[in-house]
Amino acid sequence: MSDIRASRPFEQPTPAGIARAVPLLTVMLGSAITIIPVVASFPILPPFGLLVLLAWRLRRPDAFRTWEPVLLGLFDDLVSGQPLGSAMLFWTLATLGVALVETRLVWRSFAQDWAAAAAAIALCLLGGRLVATPLDAHVDIALLLQLGAGIALFPLAARLVAYTDRRIGR
Amino acid sequence: MAPPRKSSPGFSRRAQYSLFLGYVAAAGGAVIGAVLLVISTLNPPLFAALRAGVAEVTTPLSSGLHMIRRAIFDLPGGIDEYFDVVDQNRAMKRQLVGEREVVLRARTLNLENRRLRRLLALREAEVTVVATARLVSSTATSTRRFATLNAGRFQGVLPGQPVRGPEGLIGRVLETGPNSARVLLLTDPESLVPVRRTRDGQPAVAQGRGDGLIDVRSAGVADLPFSVGDAFVTSGAGGIYPPGVPVAHIVERARDSAPARVFANPDALDFATVQQPFLPPLPPPPEAPR
Repeated sequence: MSDIRASRPFEQPTPAGIARAVPLLTVMLGSAITIIPVVASFPILPPFGLLVLLAWRLRRPDAFRTWEPVLLGLFDDLVSGQPLGSAMLFWTLATLGVALVETRLVWRSFAQDWAAAAAAIALCLLGGRLVATPLDAHVDIALLLQLGAGIALFPLAARLVAYTDRRIGR
Repeated sequence: MAPPRKSSPGFSRRAQYSLFLGYVAAAGGAVIGAVLLVISTLNPPLFAALRAGVAEVTTPLSSGLHMIRRAIFDLPGGIDEYFDVVDQNRAMKRQLVGEREVVLRARTLNLENRRLRRLLALREAEVTVVATARLVSSTATSTRRFATLNAGRFQGVLPGQPVRGPEGLIGRVLETGPNSARVLLLTDPESLVPVRRTRDGQPAVAQGRGDGLIDVRSAGVADLPFSVGDAFVTSGAGGIYPPGVPVAHIVERARDSAPARVFANPDALDFATVQQPFLPPLPPPPEAPR
């Protein structure tokens, strides 16, 4: 699968444990973006953990075990400030939805991946807003901007994930 | 593009079962998530210990990053100040001479005020500072507005204590860990602060909107007109926030409810002060006789 390994035939393959851990760790790193030292007064950052999760899931269906998004969602809930359980629920639903879409498609293009990711990001952000914030709060414009930024940044996340995936060479 | 490797297990029964069980586990996990979501909506502080455990690890990291940010942002200002230091010095000396009289008058008034208060035997609750620390990070991906404070139970910070900055009120402590605390900012949609207008003392309630502004609603008269620039300070009602702390000023002319901008910028590279609640919490009611 990987051109890097084809060009370096004598390199040892990445140990299986590390290759399994890398997708999980990169998603957690994406979730931990909230530790940057900025005290924001409205949601300014797109959900990087979710972007990385979707990028891995769409590139490699075997990157995560089916139930692992539950645990990744738990970690995201602990650092994101959303009520505990929201990412656990919505991230799992999103990955199950991606699996459902995958069974219908034979030939794939990046546009399809992007569309699936956009739907999943919309599900998670809108769902998260509904459970976390009272309906009369004025967060909807900020949320739409955040959604747009998240969808626009998905190709970047996909690019980074593809690069990482080639580096670990599996 | 060819499809990526499928996770389809082929004809192996074992692999088929384990894939199926994986989906069952995922669906079960989603259900657990939904249940936890309902529980944490009904009882938000329930999982505070878990969040505090993670915050204990992330807060020092944020704090270190914050130091780097300060170092970078202070640099241009420092160079700038160096260049017009002489001019500034002259201007300040002039200002000092001009304001000497005002200071004297203020001192006299202050003294008189203190004497009169003693005559009235006014008893004021003393505002004691618990800790002074920086707000190091926030929930920038969420629609809720929480910030992380770089001090916790070891420094005496407890849930319910008000947090203020040099310019005004920031919020109150919601959850505490050993060395970090989660602060509910004024701009959070679930934050409510009783305030009064500085101009005429009209009571109002300041509620966060979630977009960086807060809504000030009249609490006394119906249809109270708000004009741009009206300043609001805490009223001390409710007993959490000490009275007289600047909260927000109105940015749009309206009646009954108007958007306002908070005075304190929690993102300023500055300190936040945690204080004791204005009035101590009431003791639990005595048990009813049988």
